[in-house]
Amino acid sequence: MGLIKEIDYGTPQAKSEKQVTLTIDGFAVTVPEGTSVMRAAMEAGIKVPKLCATDMVDAFGSCRLCLIEIEGRNGTPSSCTTPVAEGLVVRTQTERLKTLRKGVMELYISDHPLDCLTCAANGDCELQDMAGAVGLRDVRYGYEGDNHVSAKSRDGGNDNFRWMPKDESNPYFTYDPSKCIVCSRCVRACEEVQGTFALTIEGRGFDSRVSPGMHEDFLSSDCVSCGACVQACPTATLTEKSVIEIGQPEHSVVTTCAYCGVGCSFKAEMRGDELVRMVPWKDGKANRGHSCVKGRFAWGYATHQDRILNPMIREKISDPWREVTWDEAFAHVASEFKRIQSQYGRGSVGGITSSRCTNEETYLVQKLVRQGFGNNNVDTCARVCHSPTGYGLGQTFGTSAGTQDFDSVEHTDVAIVIGANPAAGHPVFASRLKKRLRQGAKLIVIDPRRTETVRAPHVEAAYHLALQPGTNVAVITSLAHVIVTEGLFDEAFIREKCDWSEFEDYAQFVADPSHSPEATEAYTGVPADALRGAARLYARGVNGSIYYGLGVTEHSQGSTTVMAIANLAMLTGNIGRPGVGVNPLRGQNNVQGSCDMGSFPHELPGYRHISGDAARETFEMLWGVKLDHEPGLRIPNMLDAAVQGSFKGIYIQGEDILQSDPDTKHVSAGLAAMECVVVQDLFLNETANYAHVFLPGSTFLEKDGTFTNAERRINRVRKVMAPRNGYADWEVTQGIAQAMEIDWNYTHPSQIMDEIAATTPSFARVSYALLEELGSVQWPCNEQAPNGTPVMHVDGFVRGKGKFIRTEYIPTDEKTGPRFPLLLTTGRILSQYNVGAQTRRTENVVWHAEDVLEIHPHDAEQRGIREGDWVRLASRAGETALRATITDRVAPGVVYTTFHHPETQANVITTDYSDWATNCPEYKVTAVQVSPSNGPSDWQVEYDALSRRSRRIVPRDAAE
Amino acid sequence: MSHEEAGASSPHAKIVRMANQIGAFFRSKPHDEGVAGVAEHINKFWEPRMRRQLFEVVDSGGTGLAPLVLEASSVIRRPTAEQERTPPA
Repeated sequence: MGLIKEIDYGTPQAKSEKQVTLTIDGFAVTVPEGTSVMRAAMEAGIKVPKLCATDMVDAFGSCRLCLIEIEGRNGTPSSCTTPVAEGLVVRTQTERLKTLRKGVMELYISDHPLDCLTCAANGDCELQDMAGAVGLRDVRYGYEGDNHVSAKSRDGGNDNFRWMPKDESNPYFTYDPSKCIVCSRCVRACEEVQGTFALTIEGRGFDSRVSPGMHEDFLSSDCVSCGACVQACPTATLTEKSVIEIGQPEHSVVTTCAYCGVGCSFKAEMRGDELVRMVPWKDGKANRGHSCVKGRFAWGYATHQDRILNPMIREKISDPWREVTWDEAFAHVASEFKRIQSQYGRGSVGGITSSRCTNEETYLVQKLVRQGFGNNNVDTCARVCHSPTGYGLGQTFGTSAGTQDFDSVEHTDVAIVIGANPAAGHPVFASRLKKRLRQGAKLIVIDPRRTETVRAPHVEAAYHLALQPGTNVAVITSLAHVIVTEGLFDEAFIREKCDWSEFEDYAQFVADPSHSPEATEAYTGVPADALRGAARLYARGVNGSIYYGLGVTEHSQGSTTVMAIANLAMLTGNIGRPGVGVNPLRGQNNVQGSCDMGSFPHELPGYRHISGDAARETFEMLWGVKLDHEPGLRIPNMLDAAVQGSFKGIYIQGEDILQSDPDTKHVSAGLAAMECVVVQDLFLNETANYAHVFLPGSTFLEKDGTFTNAERRINRVRKVMAPRNGYADWEVTQGIAQAMEIDWNYTHPSQIMDEIAATTPSFARVSYALLEELGSVQWPCNEQAPNGTPVMHVDGFVRGKGKFIRTEYIPTDEKTGPRFPLLLTTGRILSQYNVGAQTRRTENVVWHAEDVLEIHPHDAEQRGIREGDWVRLASRAGETALRATITDRVAPGVVYTTFHHPETQANVITTDYSDWATNCPEYKVTAVQVSPSNGPSDWQVEYDALSRRSRRIVPRDAAE
Repeated sequence: MSHEEAGASSPHAKIVRMANQIGAFFRSKPHDEGVAGVAEHINKFWEPRMRRQLFEVVDSGGTGLAPLVLEASSVIRRPTAEQERTPPA
């Protein structure tokens, strides 16, 4: 185990299919046309000295170190900017080149501090490496002249006006201008890789400096702290604070980020079992070497003092917690669940799998419920996010997942983003999308709010359809109306891949004048001409793709909207090749995987309905029990049943339903009505306020397993440190099973994956050995697709013929009125993740310390609300208070907030209305009133007191 | 505690609401397909307890239920009491 050193080829890979052969230092090299001489040399194993070139950004040619000589050409061109050509004869090392390079390095070093021994980049400094590479032995110019190095002039103590102090404003990295060589790699990384354009070079010549924004500090600039600049920096100018504190890492392990559904691959760079830094892995197929602030920097929660490391029990939720041994905890859970089932029936208990845990762990939780509890009362957080995706795409296409890989975006010509704000929720995908948009692809955004995705530097949506919350189905059906009535549909595709008579029925339905944009404008608020323009743009684009998020699913018609989206893609033939498709942006790291693993109460792993005898028998044979053929309770149904008295015990792994689920008061009433609530988590989360047993969880750094991202990509999670709580999460579930006298004896998660592969046709060929070999794989991965499936439905749909389904718009019952005249919609912010349990325990709070309410200036003025005022936010479900910010990002009549902080509890406001098909809650539409307030509501004060009371712990020693 | 004690008006109201939502989606289908669609959806996704509550409404006259749901109820699987009460094997 050593440090994984990825080869830096200097310039990006050329994608041409034409090969070119040239000679470098006497060796013949064959590379794709468009490759730089520098990269071709590196492919041949010859490392041309370089400073301003790195393969994450385009060639720039400024450092003049990578000079070469080419036979028959004048001068000494830079190898990074010189493309290869057939028959070129290149020399990288001649007397002339050696002299020139030494001269260049001499100048660089004459304006650079010589504190190498105490420098944070010591051991990882390209400037130092290059000084060595060119054989620099002397700096003839001395160090006394003009410089950027020292605060005072060398002679007398006058201030050196060229010197700039270190900028330590960013919590994760420092900017030390005295060490900067102005190679502009950071500036280019910010532009080309991240797409934020927060950095620039100010001044000219010797005055040139890297500057965040208009000579601001990093924190007050537009910087989103993705860290691409830090990764690009060849010196200690931009350095992770963790490296400054700890020192250079000595070994690294490739693993997968545990934040959003993009599923970025990282190298966890370690010193012993201390994590030094996370560096995105270039070969990671989801992220291609990029990251966001959460994945790269926000891992401090893993060692946060709030982590609970010992199991705990209490009789009543009003008691303080009592620390116990693991064995006591397992025995207690087993006996309680047995008692409850014998008293109240087999269906009186259930479990919730975690979309933050691994596939293997979610598989075990559903197995415990089905095999051990003998019912199907298992659900997962996808219930409240993408369950309509599963249902809608299952009905239309035949699979419950996105159709593409993320690389597909590089081939798209028109992207529609619906009800998603990738810049905040899926930042690495957003960067990849923006890169494509800067190359000329067009963007259509359908969102009530003017999100960061609508307009960013050098990117602007061709159309932003700012619809009224809750009118998705009307808008998308209207898009289909335009495509059908204007004859823009792809008849050949539909005839070949879909059921033609179903299409005819659907076409007749959408062609009705009631679905025309002119008719829907009245209630959607989307101008008819903009909607027609957007429909034409999407239908006429060569490759049209649709990306969508929870703004689609979290509605009473969420499933209908997903079907409408699928209809749109089939209508225009945008399925089955790179650059197109229907792409749900999944929220949590493993929400796709948890769905795949049979976490829903109606289906077994691989989306096989529980009523199917064949699928049930597969598991019955293996597990040696009879499985219940009836669907189980979904999370909201469990809570209803609890309030009604027939559901009494629940095992919740890594999920904070009290904070994340709607209508908090209903959730707490349900939890309070249960006799045994078991919570397994890193922290005493909000749900744990109502728990009787707390089982400490482990982080993604502490266990082996796999996550499946939004592209259906199964990525390895690798253990880099021992679980601080003693057990990985899969071992905890196994502990409960064993205490219930179920015969489980897994010794490694790979054995669980083997069981999944043996029972689930779409995973048939998946194994840890295959993942080791291929890096990652996208399901289906079986005999038909031995290396996985990057793009689905290539030769026809999984269900056979694509199915067009009528999508009638039915307005939600959640309506504004005199008492609640505004519509509240919710979302997320870049720096925080989900309920914030992890990110609130990191320095990310500097960007977002509390949830705020966005309100339009018109609505604010009517109510006498000023910027930063406390406001009371009330719906028919409840009320809370938070601070307001006044912005025209939201339309008049619409207010918006995030749900990252338990102090705000935005879900006290949201109602129990839900999607007709899946009971996915209608988070995105709540009728509310906003009024001035003095501070937190009574409910918030009481809840805060309850939280404090329910977090009292009596240590084991004290109890004895 | 028996289920009946808890089964006041509010759970039934919620069940009626959810059933009618499903009915509303299938309303735009041809009639027979709509009836079959409602029944299939409820059979596939509703746990027996929820179906039992639905039948409590149906059996007491079906107040509040959309006609399509009422019609579909003849094809919806009626849960048996044992299904819910059997202790684990």
